[in-house]
Amino acid sequence: MEKQRSIISRSEPDEHGHWGRFGGRYVPETLVAPLDELTREFTRARRDARFWNELEHLHRQYCGRPTPLYHAQRLSAHARGATIFLKREDLAHTGSHKINNAVGQVLLARRMGKQRVIAETGAGQHGVATATVCALFGLQCVIYMGAEDVRRQELNVFRMRLLGAEVVTVNSGTRTLKDAINEALRAWVTNVHDTYYLLGSALGPHPYPLMVREFQSVIGREARQQILSQTRRLPHTLLACVGGGSNAIGLFHPFIADEQVRLLGVEAGGRGDAMGEHAVRFHTGAASGGGRIGVLHGTMSYVLQDANGQIANTHSVSAGLDYAAVGPEHAFLHDNGRAEYIFASDADALEGFRLCTQLEGITPALETSHVVIPAIRIAQQLSPDDSIIVNLSGRGDKDAQLVAQLLRDC
Amino acid sequence: MSRIREKFAELKHAGDGGFIPFITAGDPDLATTELLLIELATAGADIIELGVPFSDPVADGEVIQRASERALRNGVTLTHALDCAARARGRIGTPMVLFSYFNPLLHFGEARLARAVKAAGIDGVLVTDLIPEEAESWIEQLYQNDLDPIFLVAPTTSDERLAHIAQRARGFIYAISRTGVTGQRDAVARDAEELVRRIRAVSDLPIAVGFGISTSEQVKEVWRFADAAVIGSAIVSEIEKLNSAADLASRIGDFTRSLSTR
Repeated sequence: MEKQRSIISRSEPDEHGHWGRFGGRYVPETLVAPLDELTREFTRARRDARFWNELEHLHRQYCGRPTPLYHAQRLSAHARGATIFLKREDLAHTGSHKINNAVGQVLLARRMGKQRVIAETGAGQHGVATATVCALFGLQCVIYMGAEDVRRQELNVFRMRLLGAEVVTVNSGTRTLKDAINEALRAWVTNVHDTYYLLGSALGPHPYPLMVREFQSVIGREARQQILSQTRRLPHTLLACVGGGSNAIGLFHPFIADEQVRLLGVEAGGRGDAMGEHAVRFHTGAASGGGRIGVLHGTMSYVLQDANGQIANTHSVSAGLDYAAVGPEHAFLHDNGRAEYIFASDADALEGFRLCTQLEGITPALETSHVVIPAIRIAQQLSPDDSIIVNLSGRGDKDAQLVAQLLRDC
Repeated sequence: MSRIREKFAELKHAGDGGFIPFITAGDPDLATTELLLIELATAGADIIELGVPFSDPVADGEVIQRASERALRNGVTLTHALDCAARARGRIGTPMVLFSYFNPLLHFGEARLARAVKAAGIDGVLVTDLIPEEAESWIEQLYQNDLDPIFLVAPTTSDERLAHIAQRARGFIYAISRTGVTGQRDAVARDAEELVRRIRAVSDLPIAVGFGISTSEQVKEVWRFADAAVIGSAIVSEIEKLNSAADLASRIGDFTRSLSTR
């Protein structure tokens, strides 16, 4: 593990959480002390073998890790190009990669003696993962969720409540993930002494982007070993969907020093290029609201915004990608060219959802479904000797009802 | 000497506490905001905080969130807020502080904004989500334009950070009375007095206390240990209740006088 860390050290932020100009801490003063406390505890835990042993034990015994790296034969045959592998995070406990981070952060919360955990959720996967680990350790849990997402992800709301979490419906602003984070930050600022804020993606103020990446990097460490043992060589390309970007950075990070491996993030193209119709933060279109550096939720990154610096509305068929900013490390990897970012539309995502289900018997989450069609296009340009790894970040049961409705409406 | 420093010197000389109302630019509309700035100045405001509406006000409670939403629905921008302040500056001598989240300022451009703020006759800038560690270039721009960077300090701020913040701040220090978002509370927190005592130990700058101050009793309580009291949500809530009434400005003037009576 130490060796692994030194390999990846080229994408380490400075001590204040800056990757170049990105990241940092743009927060109300009240939050500086708890963020300092969290940074200290995380820094100590990061060097503590017992912490990693306990985390690894939970990953194996509770979360079902390592997740398989599965050779998707029919999807590969369909593409008639590269060999496609799926990193099966959908098989992790609670059905997505979100559990990796939730377990890590709850262990930190316990080290810090916090009895109460709050979190935001978009699609509900992070909320379910957090509520699950809180149930496991008997911690009080409050989840903030936008009203629009509560509507879209009814099943996950029920699961969280069943797990004993209180789900607070957020009715301000656009009533999606962005507003859920606003409300969670307000709740944290108000109850800062006894509450642990378990942020679910690789965004927010330092140390969250670094910490979440560290807890999600288990995906890429496993995938790297697995692909080497299955194919004896590194993959040609990695693909992952990017909302905040935690599943993507988790897969990418252990490969950053492998310069021949292409890193490809897929953003949510929604239903058009105009501002408000998509969640493509790296969009270069003139009226898209994209390609602009800004500050949202405590971090500097690419942020969709209007001509006056107001945060733009976003749209995606998937609640988990429906967010105006991207994690700061992705902004850094974008600008230095190490990773590339493309986007897939709502329609592509629905087609990917159907295709993956019908060819492989694996129903991906709508977030994850964004990667399927781009993966096929990339594979078509390569030969069977090349492999590509798709991060199958979550399962799609939660989306079945919504997709049924959308396909009926088409 | 900046208008803000002059004002505090004057208050100190008279042995009075300062009164600092907050309003959001463009709530309920820009013409009324201009009238309100003039009204507040004549109703006893020693400094006025002018809020720039923002789509994601994470440090604000519901009252100021709704004010931001009303202003944004009217299409109000940072430029509008500056123009509004500039027009009022022609009529009033009261110091004004621009109160904003960072993203609209960053988008405008730090250097360009500092010049525009100065040209509008505004005296200081407080950025809710900008801590001094992330603000070095911004602070320099303000210094170069003789503008006062105002910083927040909180009950959770360590003594070491207090000293660092005080060293970068000018004009006054804004002490947050308790952990939490803006909004009315029943009583002034004990935390506030303790925080003010800790600030005095590291700084000679005047200290204003805000967040949760909403009655004239609470204002007087703050004056007992600090140099000024900031009232935001109570006034903004009153503006909301008056719902664009024709005599809104004068009624807010009356309300302000009832709060600031010494």
